[in-house]
Formats: sequence, C-alpha cells, structure tokens
Amino acid sequence: MSVISLQRNNLETDMSHETSTATQPAKAAPAPVTIVAEVPANSAINDRAAKNRQLVNAFFQWLLPPLFGLMLFTAIWALISYQSEGLPGPIPTWHAAVALFSDPFYNNGPNDMGIGWNILNSLERVGLGFGMAAILGIPLGFIIGRFAFASRMAAPIIGMLRPVSPLAWLPIGLLVFKAADPAAIWVIFISAIWPMIINTAVGVSKVPEDYMNVARVLKLSEWKIATRILFPFVLPYMMTGVRLSIGVAWLVIVAAEMLTGGVGIGFWVWDEWNNLNVEHIIIAIFVVGIVGLLLEQMLIMIARRFSYE
Amino acid sequence: MEKIIQERYVQLENVNMSFITKKGTFEALRDIDLNIREGEFISVIGHSGCGKSTVLNLIAGLLQPTSGLLFCAGREIAGPGPERAVVFQNHSLLPWLTCSENVHLAVERVFGKKEDKAQLRARTRAALELVGLSHAADKRPGEISGGMKQRVGIARALAMEPKVLLLDEPFGALDALTRAHLQDELMNIMAKSGCTAVMVTHDVDEAVLLSDRIVMMTNGPAASIGEILPVALPRPRKRLELAENAEYNHLRSEVLKFLYERHAKKAA
Repeated sequence: MSVISLQRNNLETDMSHETSTATQPAKAAPAPVTIVAEVPANSAINDRAAKNRQLVNAFFQWLLPPLFGLMLFTAIWALISYQSEGLPGPIPTWHAAVALFSDPFYNNGPNDMGIGWNILNSLERVGLGFGMAAILGIPLGFIIGRFAFASRMAAPIIGMLRPVSPLAWLPIGLLVFKAADPAAIWVIFISAIWPMIINTAVGVSKVPEDYMNVARVLKLSEWKIATRILFPFVLPYMMTGVRLSIGVAWLVIVAAEMLTGGVGIGFWVWDEWNNLNVEHIIIAIFVVGIVGLLLEQMLIMIARRFSYE
Repeated sequence: MEKIIQERYVQLENVNMSFITKKGTFEALRDIDLNIREGEFISVIGHSGCGKSTVLNLIAGLLQPTSGLLFCAGREIAGPGPERAVVFQNHSLLPWLTCSENVHLAVERVFGKKEDKAQLRARTRAALELVGLSHAADKRPGEISGGMKQRVGIARALAMEPKVLLLDEPFGALDALTRAHLQDELMNIMAKSGCTAVMVTHDVDEAVLLSDRIVMMTNGPAASIGEILPVALPRPRKRLELAENAEYNHLRSEVLKFLYERHAKKAA
C-alpha cells in the first residue's frame, strides 16, 4: 500500500511536470483522474483489497508506461510542429482524422475515394501477394529443410536474391504483367517469400535427431513424417516467418503503391502530398502503423492457438 | 507346439565401427562378436564413451558398421525397422501428441495394414495398461513426470511386438526410486512377453538385476568386449532378497572389479 501510494505521488509529480512542458494539457489530464479513482477501492475490505491491489499494480505496470510513452511522443510532436511551419500538430491532425474517418467509404471516382477503400485495396494486394508467397514459400521451405540436395541447390539463389530491395523487382513486374496492379502484387510476393522459405527451412533442419530416429525405427512414410513430426515441430518457426513476411509486405506496399498508383494507402499518401494535405499524410502514417500492428497481433494469436506448448 | 529357441537370434560378427570427424577418423568399436539367444536379456555396460550406445544403434540399424555383419532372426540388419524397437534414453516422445497418440503412431505403422481401427485402438490401450498408464492416455508428454514419459516410451516400443527390444540407458535420467520401480516393472513385462532385449546401462545393480548376461566393454577408443558375465540368478528376482544373496553380491563385485580395477577410466 505504501509503495503504491509512493509510486502514485511520484507519478503525479511526474505528470504535473509533464503537463507543464506539454502544449496540450487537455490530453494529459484524464490519466491522473483514473488513478485517484483506484485508490479508495484499494483501502476497502481485505480480500477485495488484494484483488484491487493487483489491478492497481497491473495498471501501473502495463497500462501506465505505454500511455506515458504515447503522451511523451505527442508532446514532442507538438513541440516540433510548434517550431516548424508546415508540420501540423496533434490537434489539427486529430480534427482532420475525425473528418476523414466520419466518412471512410465515399467514392468520387478512382482518384478520390474514402480512406477505408484505400486501406482495403492495400490489404487486398498484400493479401494476394503474401498469400501466394505463403502457398509457394512454405512447401519450398519444407523441401529445402528436408533434403540437403535441395538446400544446396537453393542456397546461392536465395543468398543472392534475398538482399535485393523489393522495389527493384517492380520494373520486372511491370514488364511481365503489363499492368500496375499485378506488378505491385508481384513486388509483395517476391519480398514476402524469403522469410517464409528461410524460417520454414531452418525449422525443418532443427527437428531433433531423436524424433527423426523414432521415424526411422518406425519406418514412417514421408507423408507421416511431414504431418506428424515435421509440421508440428516447424509450425512455430513457420509462424515467425509468416510474421516477418507480413511485416515486410505491409512495409513495401506503401512504396510500391506510390510508384504504381491506383487506389491504395501508398497512392493516397502520394496524392495527399501533391495536394499538400500534410495532416492526411500523418494520418496515413498512423493508419499504416496501426494496421501493421493489428496484422502482427492477429498472427501472434494464430501462432499461439496452434502451438503445441 | 514346442518353440525352437534360436541360439543366435541376434548376431554381431566381427563388427568394426569408425566415425569420420573433423579431427580425422575415430575408431569407436573394434572386432565386436556377440551372439544373443532368443528371449535373452543382455546388458551392455562400460564407462561413458566406450561405444556401448554405438553397439545398440548398430543393432537398431540406425548406424551402419564400417565392416562386419549384423543379423537378426537370420536376416542381415540393413536399416532400422519396427521389429527392433528402441526405447530411447530421453524417451523421444512427440510432445504435440498425447501418450495414447504416441503409442498409436507405432501401432498404426506396424499393424495398420492387417487390422481394423478397433483392433488398433485396443492394442494402444493394452500397451498403456501394461505400463500402468491408462489414466494418462490423453495427457501430453509435457504434463507427466519423467518416469511416466519413459513408461510411455516402453509402451510404444512393446506395442510394436518387436523381435528385439533395445533399451538405451532407459532409466538413466530418472531418480533412484522411480528407477527401481521401473526396473521391477520392466522385469515383469519382459517375463510376460518373453521378448529378447539388449540394454545399455552404466548402472551395475541394474545390469545384475535384469540381465541373463552382462557384456562388459573395454574403454574406447577402439573399444571391444572385455568379458561376458553370465548371471545365473533364478527368476523371478526380488530386489530385497537379492541384496543379501551371496551370488548376487559376487556378480556385482565382478562387474565393479572389471570397471574400476582392470578398466578404470582415467580421471577426466
């Protein structure tokens, strides 16, 4: 109890200090209010008090630090935008975002569509490119990890092509597909495939000798080895590859769409830059970041669901 | 019908084994000759690094000898197979399968073509019951103790109805009480099944208690069979009674003398 109250005091002084430096005291205000609300419950009857103490601890350990970080970030942003001429601060950006997201799905022709459409279009490209990369990359990873010959065969190709910047593949895509959209999907495909191949192959090569000895003593068929031993063991490695891949794919889509145009978050950024609508560019950065975060979290959840541990 | 017991059920003839390592060729075994009678329980004992596990892996077919021949039931051992089931040192259960699924994987492989699903399930159940683990059938290896895991490993091996059961330091990683308990269980199971067994161990008491003959290995490199000690103690053997048995103590000291006087390992 004493430690908590001490922490609370420290935090409150920290916060008052923080709010004085920040140009947006309105944003910082809600946090101390919640703390004050927690404290009286803490001094209630014993067993409930313990539970509440846990809640308060959780709040201090897990909720407050990220909140604090975000506030600091916003404060620095506000400070910089205050000094700079063109860069909009948090408040105008917030207003622009509210306006933008109040009608995300309008459609005034291909050059003027709601932010929702742009996000969905980008997600579709990433989904297609990434999906094809997964369909091809994961089995390839299994083959490379399982057979030394295949591994040696693939090593120079993977070693050479993997470090190539994804956008260097765009002209090839434009040339072969003669259209912007498939070319963008192609770029996603080629940049997303490597982590899946490599991580799957590494996973397969790390299957403990003991498990393979079991397979050998039982004389299991290659199919049974793949489904009963390799696949369950490799799954966590594979999911790491998938996560890295989707990260790369989402990273690359903005750049690819900037070059290819069409409807999509990357193109939208470029379009807003041409309109000198900087608030929207900042919003796009947040949107890309948040969607990327959600994709990653979704995959972590799937990975946990299928993990045998 | 009287069953003819084959005197040379498992046969090792002039077996040599060398490994190619980064530092050059390492000669692990030299001139190993051994005949194992059908139904016999053989222990291979020696200091660590003497190649006793190599002997077992050769019989299992997991390794191929550099020279020499190995036979099992009159046929040359060309590779691993379910007629020579292995109980691995670290149990080697697949952690994503339940105990019952681990056993079933073996049952399915060996009997899947001849029997229907109900029969296969009955075999899996029977194997788990034999080692007293019916209650843990649906648990995963991560949820059970080390001794239980090793019992599942034994159940998996026995469920295949192997001609030869190969045990690679099966109780090495267990505490003394669990080990004693499992040794007694193994003795009962072996008495029931009449299966031929080869066990690698570094535990003198375990070797004397379980074996019909103890194969004592000299130290490596180029280890060979130093001596073969017959254990003529009557079965069933009782751990407590044996403790005061003169013959048992004599055999025990014979093995100890071999290991610590004639073939003492230099302190590492």
